[in-house]
Amino acid sequence: MNTATVGSMDRTDMERIRQERASFERAPDMPAETMVLNFGPQHPATHGTLHMVLELDGERVVKATPHIGYLHTGFEKLGEHRSYNQFVALTDRMNYLSPLSNNIGFVHAAEKLIGIELTPRCQYLRVALAELSRIADHLVCVGTASLDIGAFTAFLYGFRAREVLYDLFEAVTGTRLTTSFARVGGLLRDVGPDFPDMARNAVAESLKATEEIDKLLTHNRIWRDRTEGIGRLSAEDAVACGATGPVLRASGVDWDLRKNEPYLVYDRLDFDIPIGENGDVYDRYLVRMEEIRQSARLVLQAVDRLPSGPVGADADHNVLPSKDDVYHSMEALIYHFKMTMEGHGPIPPKGEAYGSTEAPNGELGFYIVSDGTRHPYRVRVRPPSLLHFAMFPRLIKGHMLSDVVAVLGSLNIIAGELDR
Amino acid sequence: MSEEPKPEETQPETPPESLVVRRVREQVPDAILAVSESLGEETLVVRCDLLHACMAILKSDPELKFDFLADITAVDQLYLNEQNRFVVVYHLCAYRAGRRLRVKTPLPDDDLRVASIYDLWPSADWLEREVYDMYGIVFDGHPDLRRLLMPDDFGSYPLRKDYPLHGKGERDNFVF
Repeated sequence: MNTATVGSMDRTDMERIRQERASFERAPDMPAETMVLNFGPQHPATHGTLHMVLELDGERVVKATPHIGYLHTGFEKLGEHRSYNQFVALTDRMNYLSPLSNNIGFVHAAEKLIGIELTPRCQYLRVALAELSRIADHLVCVGTASLDIGAFTAFLYGFRAREVLYDLFEAVTGTRLTTSFARVGGLLRDVGPDFPDMARNAVAESLKATEEIDKLLTHNRIWRDRTEGIGRLSAEDAVACGATGPVLRASGVDWDLRKNEPYLVYDRLDFDIPIGENGDVYDRYLVRMEEIRQSARLVLQAVDRLPSGPVGADADHNVLPSKDDVYHSMEALIYHFKMTMEGHGPIPPKGEAYGSTEAPNGELGFYIVSDGTRHPYRVRVRPPSLLHFAMFPRLIKGHMLSDVVAVLGSLNIIAGELDR
Repeated sequence: MSEEPKPEETQPETPPESLVVRRVREQVPDAILAVSESLGEETLVVRCDLLHACMAILKSDPELKFDFLADITAVDQLYLNEQNRFVVVYHLCAYRAGRRLRVKTPLPDDDLRVASIYDLWPSADWLEREVYDMYGIVFDGHPDLRRLLMPDDFGSYPLRKDYPLHGKGERDNFVF
């Protein structure tokens, strides 16, 4: 299997590599010569743009040095010049696998800062949408991870089910990828009357695909040989290195923000948190597969209990009024105008808040500093991928070259939120 | 010295001193400059020369055990009317107790340095590199303090408030 490309190295890289090689101490039984291999920036298994300089002894990885920043877009800087609702559109671009989770994560922090209480319908809808996007994210992650290792069929099953989910997202939000659906204090609009049935159908399709992938991979000898014992992360290391989400739970740490620091209505819904034992690639796969099933339970519960009523919270100056009101009431039209015009939008009081949600990859935190104007003074995004990729050299050390893609796939690095 | 009257004024307002404040005060008496709580989040402001000592206590004290470092970032307070321009912000979490804490340390304007906490939490590695990259704050004791996101020869610190949104023409001068 072709696992890496020997790319042309520019001069600064060569100099750095020479320095790194000079500082490297070889074990006595190791041959004197190692080879330096560029993995990325353009490589199909990176699923984004990231670059690693791998130092190889034969096929064994002696040292991996990641270089990131190829997708650095300056979202945090840009956020200081955008209103709170405008920033929602930037959060899509940070995570191209589950943009809805990112939308919801940001407005969660902004609402904490402003002090908005959401309507029950909005909370249940957000749970349903966040869990649907978690299913989509995990299906793609498991699918592409298996594709990188050579199991093509599982990838196709995952993507076929994701297509149903994306049709649902398109029906609800109007777009497949850049959903920008959450708004401070509510959602862009209410869902249509066919949403519950579409969600049930999408869940059924996802569960079918999950069972098919499960049959293909879970007891597959080749899959287990490639994943068991690879990229092991102990529970202590996982916590110390800042791992969150499925990576942390695969290492046996029982920590999920939906249970431990419940937000929205997660404390009223019935679901379990899967925990792994060994913290290897295989356990991360198992945890993700089980999380799909648990998310399916959550979606069905949220859809079944979906209350009627308004979606937007009752906080006039900070929440977009419903379209129906805008058409029929002058005050609502004025508020709509005040909310959407350039330089207008929700205004939080002076202060700071850190709000975090359990995104599909782990803890997605937003630290917002407000100076009491319509633009955040500082928006910091705490992406799970940054911490996960930072510990990659630790995970891959001593493994074979072909395990690089296996470990990378199990971490599910999203380059958009890695570089922001 | 001018800060001294402030804590005395605020102390009577918050009679039940929290566990975190008590444990840190016991072991590093002069470190805490201010304590505040808003929106359910507790914030400690500590002196930057005693930051590492405070963080070591927060991590290892058996009653506190903040073993999870969620985030490190900085804020450029140029337009905020604060005494110091830069403040480094740490978000900690004690996941067994389910407790979160924000630690802020203001830096003197003429010496943007603070001790690295990489030896306490390995997750500080890239987080500190990013703050260095974006604000030019140096973390003493970091094993490999290089730029993380921007090119190595990028001359400015882009998240500083005096850096323009559209850049300083770096893109135009970049050789492809």
